[in-house]
Amino acid sequence: MRRYKHLGDVTKIMWTPELIRNIGIVAHVDHGKTTLTDSLVAASGIISFELAGEQLFTDFLEIEQQRGITVQTAAVSLAHIFEGKEHLINLLDTPGHVDFSGDVTRALRAIDGVIVVMDAVEGVMPQTETVLHQALRERARPVLFINKVDRLISELKLTPEGMQARFIKLITKFNQLIRRYAPPDLADKWQVSVEVGSVAFGSAKDKWALSVPQMKAKNISFKDIITAYQTGNQAELAKRSPLFEVVLDMVIRHLPNPKVAQASRIPIIWKGDMESGLGKDMLSCNQEGKVCMVVTDIIVDEQAGVISTGRVFSGTLEKGKAVRLVSAGQDARIQQVGVYMGPDRVMVDRVPAGNIAAIIGMKGAYVGETFVESGVESRGFEEMRYISEPVVTVAVEPKNFQELPRLINQLKKISREDPNIHIKINEETGEYLVSGMGEVHLEIVEYKLKESGLEVKTSEPIVVYREALLGRAEHVEGKSPNKHNRFLIAVEPIDPEVIKAIEEGKVAQKQERKERANVLRELGWETHAARNVVSIIGTNILVDASKGVQYMREVEDYAIDAFEQVVEEGPLMREPMRGLKVLIDDASLHEDSVHRGPAQIIPAVRRPIQAGILLANPTVLEPRLKLEVRVPQEFMGGATKVIQGRRGRIVTMESEEDIAIIKASLPVANSFGLAAEMRSETEGRAIWGTEFEKFERLPKELQEQVIRDARKRKGLKPEPPKPEDFMEK
Amino acid sequence: MLVFIGLGLHGEGISLRGLREAREADAIYAELYTSMLPKLRLNELEQTIGKPIKVVDRETVEQRPDEILRAAKASKVAFLVPGDPMVATTHVDLRLRATRAGIETKIVHAASIASAAAGLTGLQSYKFGRSATVPFPDNPSRVPYETLVENRERGLHTLLLLDIRAEEGRAMLASEAIEIMLELEKKLQKNVFTPDTLAVVVARAGSDDSIVKADKVGELQKLDFGSPPHVLIVPGKLHFVEAEALRAFAGAPEDVIK
Ligand SMILES: Nc1nc2c(ncn2[C@@H]2O[C@H](COP(=O)(O)OP(=O)(O)O)[C@@H](O)[C@H]2O)c(=O)[nH]1
Ligand SMILES: [Mg+2]
Repeated sequence: MRRYKHLGDVTKIMWTPELIRNIGIVAHVDHGKTTLTDSLVAASGIISFELAGEQLFTDFLEIEQQRGITVQTAAVSLAHIFEGKEHLINLLDTPGHVDFSGDVTRALRAIDGVIVVMDAVEGVMPQTETVLHQALRERARPVLFINKVDRLISELKLTPEGMQARFIKLITKFNQLIRRYAPPDLADKWQVSVEVGSVAFGSAKDKWALSVPQMKAKNISFKDIITAYQTGNQAELAKRSPLFEVVLDMVIRHLPNPKVAQASRIPIIWKGDMESGLGKDMLSCNQEGKVCMVVTDIIVDEQAGVISTGRVFSGTLEKGKAVRLVSAGQDARIQQVGVYMGPDRVMVDRVPAGNIAAIIGMKGAYVGETFVESGVESRGFEEMRYISEPVVTVAVEPKNFQELPRLINQLKKISREDPNIHIKINEETGEYLVSGMGEVHLEIVEYKLKESGLEVKTSEPIVVYREALLGRAEHVEGKSPNKHNRFLIAVEPIDPEVIKAIEEGKVAQKQERKERANVLRELGWETHAARNVVSIIGTNILVDASKGVQYMREVEDYAIDAFEQVVEEGPLMREPMRGLKVLIDDASLHEDSVHRGPAQIIPAVRRPIQAGILLANPTVLEPRLKLEVRVPQEFMGGATKVIQGRRGRIVTMESEEDIAIIKASLPVANSFGLAAEMRSETEGRAIWGTEFEKFERLPKELQEQVIRDARKRKGLKPEPPKPEDFMEK
Repeated sequence: MLVFIGLGLHGEGISLRGLREAREADAIYAELYTSMLPKLRLNELEQTIGKPIKVVDRETVEQRPDEILRAAKASKVAFLVPGDPMVATTHVDLRLRATRAGIETKIVHAASIASAAAGLTGLQSYKFGRSATVPFPDNPSRVPYETLVENRERGLHTLLLLDIRAEEGRAMLASEAIEIMLELEKKLQKNVFTPDTLAVVVARAGSDDSIVKADKVGELQKLDFGSPPHVLIVPGKLHFVEAEALRAFAGAPEDVIK
């Protein structure tokens, strides 16, 4: 089979970083990522030319095909001849639907550049902006592919001038976004331009593409393109200027190879010492150096077991090599390594730095884990950041109660493959609660469960709220049950700027203490507190502000456990906390550790935190979505009616020719079933996109009911507790 | 009135006075989670006293002692505790609560491991420094090691109690404690607890089958001392009488004690 011949080539090129590109394709949903990927894969000889376009190649799961959206990130390796030399392009197809933006973030860790696909008719949509933002933040360089140019001709009937004008408009908008989101040192350098060919346009469906330099070289004008379509000769275009050639040439010419990329990206994603051995190995993409690989995707395969896919930043993966799983703190040996060929993994002997590789059978691995060769100092990998936190939950139970153990297993497997899926058991009701980034995200989970042969019942989606506090409480006392240990605790809200810094990864648990203290001080924290952060969970911070308390070290872990318990389940309604700062101001501890074990310390810390929150004017936050709707003017009334009927707020309303563009903010709680209503109110003429916007205080008049409902659902008494319930008598 | 009555170190460790107070009480409670009493048979004790005994768990004593206190407010309540009632520090709180509630309290003492350890080994009780508990490894602490360092500097003996979790049916054996202390030595390296250090193991203090054995730590580690409770003593500077006592009562080899 051709594939194996192809593999021979790949394993050779793998060793020359200059000939490698690690890239992703990102886009707003339905702008044509999958179609483009398929064409590229087809051209590189792995699946047949004819099939591509019909068989959506990277959409492996049946559900993806049903829905026509890409769910999971899959790696594909392609070979392409550029300037007479064979190059290797490792491609990660990333999902575009907002519910999966965690997947996008993960994939971006492994790649150095992205092709942003943009529908020529729809232009910049909300997720175009989001994915571009994410890519730039991870220092992945963008090139632009304007897709569906055929629609400009067949639907909009544009003239050559009209087409040109449209491209200029799209590119200008795109470059504005780059200016807004790119690291300042790159904002200029990374502007895309038609002249140099970092923009291409074409039709992924009809398999042709062009860029301005290519138009000149091949002597093809806008008029020729239009004529080709008018005369039904688009196949001719595909022959003269094939999609894969133009796009892959653009990739190789304009996106950095791993050597170039790592020299500038490593300092962003790794906080370790650049002068250290590992630092130098990674900066130079040294194949002879010590192994370092960052896992960006995990699949649990029934037969093969845990498959960790990721980017090798230095050294060479090899069977038998001993590595350390940095976060898990485990040591393991590499059993099998592979590379990707389309959807297949092919076993190879060795994979060197600069490539995307798969390690099979690494049991303790999770997404975001770093494998480092044993014996190498390995601190400093920044935690992966996800744009949004889970905001929707469904309760899942098996139709047949005896299948519960299987359900649990399956859920564990799914959450391991997708860290944005959170699984929790409701101790009171015994239900399994699955939380994700949106309605669709959870429907996918349900589908996966059904596919594995489980019959399940799921509840209506439930919004995941956050608990927060508006005020401050000081000197709240907590004593251990045996009364030999005492804590004095203060709670207060964290400033929005600090929350933002945490969300952007500028303040993190896994960060060098001094550096974190500096950032916090700049954000207005007092030195002592800034230096003594002991735990950051979500957007919540625990500070040990006590001075000279004996044995504090020995109980610190228990204090963190207590903090974590409250952060995960706030006192009002057992929803996660957001922006909670806890200060342990003082403590007095029993000398003998048997009198200050976890059973004593955890309640002694947890209860005053709970009481403190309740004393500090607690409140409920609800997640809201950013909604952007494009709809013909005559249906604008229908669209605004849908938005306003759902507690939505219209932020701006613009028009572009005869299309109205409505930007709005919508509570997640009122977003369920939006698609159906929007379709019926606009006769199916609206195009829209949503993505997570922010957490916002729930209107006061709704609070009480929301709290009662949530508590009842969780099997608690409807009234929230009082501070006294957590205080010493 | 609330009377704390020590049960001593053995099933028959309660004093005559304790027995009388218990007989006079209107209600009798007992906690058995702070220590292990070999040979304690509750039903025999109930027969001796002539009244039923209600055993209460840690949670009740620490968090919900209301029932005990209410009874003590209205009548006379005996609270039976292994060892000497206030030597297991946890009960000070109960006494304080009672006092705050205007309840009169009384203590009937009994033998404690602290005095028994000195007695059994022949080490002089006024030469003991602070004692500490060696906790199970899931609740690690440096305190026992640091206490040993401090005491050694001043030439004092160190009594190391071993973690007991009666609720979980676990009690630490001398061999486990030695292992934990050797690990701490490796980490902190003050040269106070090595395989060559002289130590004494006391097993089941207060019962007829108690064992007292002094030797180098490395040798003690190889021995089986039978069922718990065990304690570990690390002698400080030895007076010649103490040295002789360790040879005579604790079988210390000649060459170990000069
Ligand atoms: N007219 C037209 N349709 C396209 C083109 N490329 C993709 N499509 C269609 O757009 C829809 C979404 O494409 P897909 O590749 O799944 O988009 P993705 O969600 O970004 O992966 C499918 O129906 C494709 O057939 C194109 O160049 N022209
Ligand atoms: Mg797709």
